[in-house]
Amino acid sequence: MGMPVTIEVIGERQEVKVKKDIERVFEYFRSVDEKYSPFKETSEVAKLNRGEKVSREMTDILKLAEDLKISTNGYFNIKRPDGKIDPSGIVKGWAIRNAADILRRLGYKKFYVDAGGDAEIVGKNWKWGIRNPFNVKEIVKVLNLSNCGIVTSGTYERGQHIYDPVGGKSEINDIVSLTVIGPDVYNADCFATPAFAMGKVGIELIEATDGLEGYMIDKKGIATMTSGFDKYVAT
Amino acid sequence: MKKFLLSALVLIVFIIYVLHVNSGGEAGSTITANTPGIIVPSSAGSTTVTTVSTVYTGSYKNGTYTGSVADAFYGNVQVQVTISGGRISDVQFLQYPNDRRTSQMINSQAMPILKQEAIQAQSAQVSGVSGATATSGAFIQSLGNALQQAS
Repeated sequence: MGMPVTIEVIGERQEVKVKKDIERVFEYFRSVDEKYSPFKETSEVAKLNRGEKVSREMTDILKLAEDLKISTNGYFNIKRPDGKIDPSGIVKGWAIRNAADILRRLGYKKFYVDAGGDAEIVGKNWKWGIRNPFNVKEIVKVLNLSNCGIVTSGTYERGQHIYDPVGGKSEINDIVSLTVIGPDVYNADCFATPAFAMGKVGIELIEATDGLEGYMIDKKGIATMTSGFDKYVAT
Repeated sequence: MKKFLLSALVLIVFIIYVLHVNSGGEAGSTITANTPGIIVPSSAGSTTVTTVSTVYTGSYKNGTYTGSVADAFYGNVQVQVTISGGRISDVQFLQYPNDRRTSQMINSQAMPILKQEAIQAQSAQVSGVSGATATSGAFIQSLGNALQQAS
């Protein structure tokens, strides 16, 4: 899916062993990318879009997406406007969490797995930043994170245009970034995307949801945070 | 288990939000006396009624819409939305997994005033930075299209 993956592990094992284990996780991401990238001809997604037979794992992901779609009367939809299937939105948080589970099963207790700015954080007191949406070289918030997931939805990287779902109204363009911290990266991801699509009201969805905190930045550079967000801010 | 309950909770709020916005009303602007309720189970097994307060004059067909049973590994989730007079009159979980997640409340009147600040560049050393990528944008784009189909 074309995003950089960063893994850092703090451990007491030999470096050679740790590097090998991390390489297994990168291998996992490569296989996910091979399978689920809509841009690769040989991927499961491309096969699907050509009407070919796909793997059991792809079928499981499609079922997850289909359940979400039916339950929401079509509001969650992995079909693009051109008719092609693109499950990237579900796959990312899911894959990061799976990757972290690989390291957990190998016995690691302090690490993070970061794919494209969304991360599963394991262990205590990791210092984390929130990117400045107006200057990607800067951070605008310093956080102290332990055993959680963090996801940021935004409009600024690569200058993408965000499609307004309500036919012309500008809610989405009012905010440029929404960061959600949750119990794990998949759960944070589930909420971050629809909350971002809601525009300025999205932060209220995060406020109202147990276990989630959020930090939203609007196009004027004003940030709004949920009432429990302070506990994550590094002093 | 968690992801399906969360997904179901998200979808309820999302349905309500989208129908609200599509009606032409402003988000969070008016409160109705007839508040629909979401029944959400608490950890002890008893149910907690959660209130959603919104008003809209949408053009949605009256009737009861039932989502499919979302089954995974830990139980079933099924949601039912009732529309009468062009607005949501009821939202119910028909089935829900036995889960520790507590209830969720969206209530404009009870929403606290959230703290705001002007963003400022920070100079601390950090291990990682959270920021958006093209992928989340593509998903939002896809989601946006779905919303337009549904409206």
